[in-house]
Amino acid sequence: MSRSHSHTFAVTVTAITQVTPLIKHFVLKASDGSQLPAFSGGSHVIVVMKGASRVHRNPYSLLSSPSDLSSYEIAVRRADPTRGGSVFMHDHVTVGMQLEIAHPVNLFQLDKLARKHVLFAGGVGITAIAAQLEDLKMGSVHYELHYSVRGPEHAAFADRLVKRHGDRVRIYHDSADQRIDIEGLVAAQPLGTHVYVCGPTPMIDRVIASARAAGWANSHIHWEQFSAPPVGEPFDVFLQRSNITLSVPPDQSLLEAIEDAGIDAPYLCRGGVCGECKCRVLEVDGVLVHNDNYLSSEEKASGALIMPCVSRAQGKKLVIDL
Amino acid sequence: MSAVFKTDETFRGDFKYSNSPAAIRRFPLPFVEDKYMYSVNIEPHEAGPKGSIMEFQFDVDEHYIGECRDREIVLKEDPLRYQALPHMMSAQWDVLELLMDSMSRDYPGQFSLSKHGNRWTWHNKLLGIKDEFTFGDPSTLPREPLDYITRQAQGDFVVMDQRDGDLYLEAGMVTTPADWSMDFDLGMTFKEWHGPVPLAHELNVFDRALKFLLNLRLNEPVRRLNWTMTVNPRLDTSPEFYPRWGSDRATVTPDNVADKAHVRVELQGLWRLPRSNAVLFGVRCYLISIRELATIPKWARRTHRALRDLHPALVDYKGLTRYRDHVVNWLAPLDDGSPTTPGNSPE
Repeated sequence: MSRSHSHTFAVTVTAITQVTPLIKHFVLKASDGSQLPAFSGGSHVIVVMKGASRVHRNPYSLLSSPSDLSSYEIAVRRADPTRGGSVFMHDHVTVGMQLEIAHPVNLFQLDKLARKHVLFAGGVGITAIAAQLEDLKMGSVHYELHYSVRGPEHAAFADRLVKRHGDRVRIYHDSADQRIDIEGLVAAQPLGTHVYVCGPTPMIDRVIASARAAGWANSHIHWEQFSAPPVGEPFDVFLQRSNITLSVPPDQSLLEAIEDAGIDAPYLCRGGVCGECKCRVLEVDGVLVHNDNYLSSEEKASGALIMPCVSRAQGKKLVIDL
Repeated sequence: MSAVFKTDETFRGDFKYSNSPAAIRRFPLPFVEDKYMYSVNIEPHEAGPKGSIMEFQFDVDEHYIGECRDREIVLKEDPLRYQALPHMMSAQWDVLELLMDSMSRDYPGQFSLSKHGNRWTWHNKLLGIKDEFTFGDPSTLPREPLDYITRQAQGDFVVMDQRDGDLYLEAGMVTTPADWSMDFDLGMTFKEWHGPVPLAHELNVFDRALKFLLNLRLNEPVRRLNWTMTVNPRLDTSPEFYPRWGSDRATVTPDNVADKAHVRVELQGLWRLPRSNAVLFGVRCYLISIRELATIPKWARRTHRALRDLHPALVDYKGLTRYRDHVVNWLAPLDDGSPTTPGNSPE
């Protein structure tokens, strides 16, 4: 596989399907025809999209089987309010187009010591879970998925999952008022069970709260909650070590603005989860708007750190150690 | 490197071991300046200069056959030097694939691998091994995958599972340790198994190293050099067999120090493994006698200064207390006080 620059390689879009009113499904193959890099269930890739005026780099979970490396599959939910990458994927990416992607990264991996795996997914959150199910299908440990969707027209992935995993998958339709009994399910699990959740924030919060209420150790509770960088107010930032001032427009993240200026900043998930881009705040005239799930509430309150991939500032001036 | 593979080397008993002039010149001297202290000296494990020990992901050199033979001797006597916990099987296959892909690509004259779907054929011409097996099916190999492939590779290998924000040592092949026991450390967290290292904890070296390794990326391996000294070119300096080698330290005299005392350098590599998301830690060991090392004038001066001024806690931890002075005294006449060029290259 050829590498176009240090961290990415070229893939070609070979199929696009509108699977629900809001979600498009993409099949990607290595542009040079070789096998794609192996990965583990729960991994995501950063897709680099070269738009007309700006480069977008968005994380998308790999939902295809880790044992089939002839192609990768991702699903993209059109973000609302519209911002950057997902709109580009929906409106500008066509079959035959080339994209750059980085090697897979797994920040949501299955625990290999679990006696049982219980997975919860809501909406497009299923994309982070789908490949985990494939890994689990190859193993010998019991697993079950509880998957909530708005209604039948949003359930394209559900049919596919039921076909692959049979009665290990249970689908709940919001439109038919079917609700997952998260508290009841969690409380009934045998010792040694691990729980995984990816979906809307309230669902994640409920699963975590239920498991903690049932006395589970944090090591047995897993979730993935990528934040898309939200739109915010424009602000200026001074990069102390680079000695440069940048303007961050409303619909661009701090990290993207830094990259646009040609400065190589560290990152891994681009979703406020992994901590790789964590940066020291040297001065702020205004308030920091923390949108990440990495910093502790004490760290956020201290005002000394920021995650440039999703967080921003509101005010006159921000100075960071970069 | 177009090495001539030696066929009769020993790392015990008569210690029939030496470095060719070419092997001396590619030796990775651990002292990049005239003094030595810990640092988080991690760098990308990218292809180094042609012929260097870092040209390829896994260096195969003139000592290959003797090192593989020595590993077999250790394992026969002490089978627990290889262990893998049951949940590490996917990581075992990851390591087998990484080593077979790399060795066959980088040393096509010595190793070959052909793949037809999951049916793989591996041919190791140096050891005369040829096996056909099904990738992913342990019953088709004569041994567990990690056991099988690391018996055919130089250096020790440890596999760490990643979970709960930590790395757990849960599989490995360790027959050339610098006085540490995998059998003792199996199952430990990253900081637990590095517990005995002095000074580094106070410097927060392991906090930073762990944080770095938890985010180690696929296809972006990293490396660092570590070092110690060993009396005689012995690879298996394990706590299990301490009675066999511990007393060697008392046998060093001003007359034999140049041939008995060896600098032992570990090229430590770290790879993210794709299917298991585990981390492979490889420890590739290089041994050079003080006499061989001193054939490079810069290295004689550099090593003299680094050892003379070494922090007392490190002298003790590395087990040099009894013979460090002999080494320093032997090297002293070769150090005229002239400056050394930066870095560890021979000139």
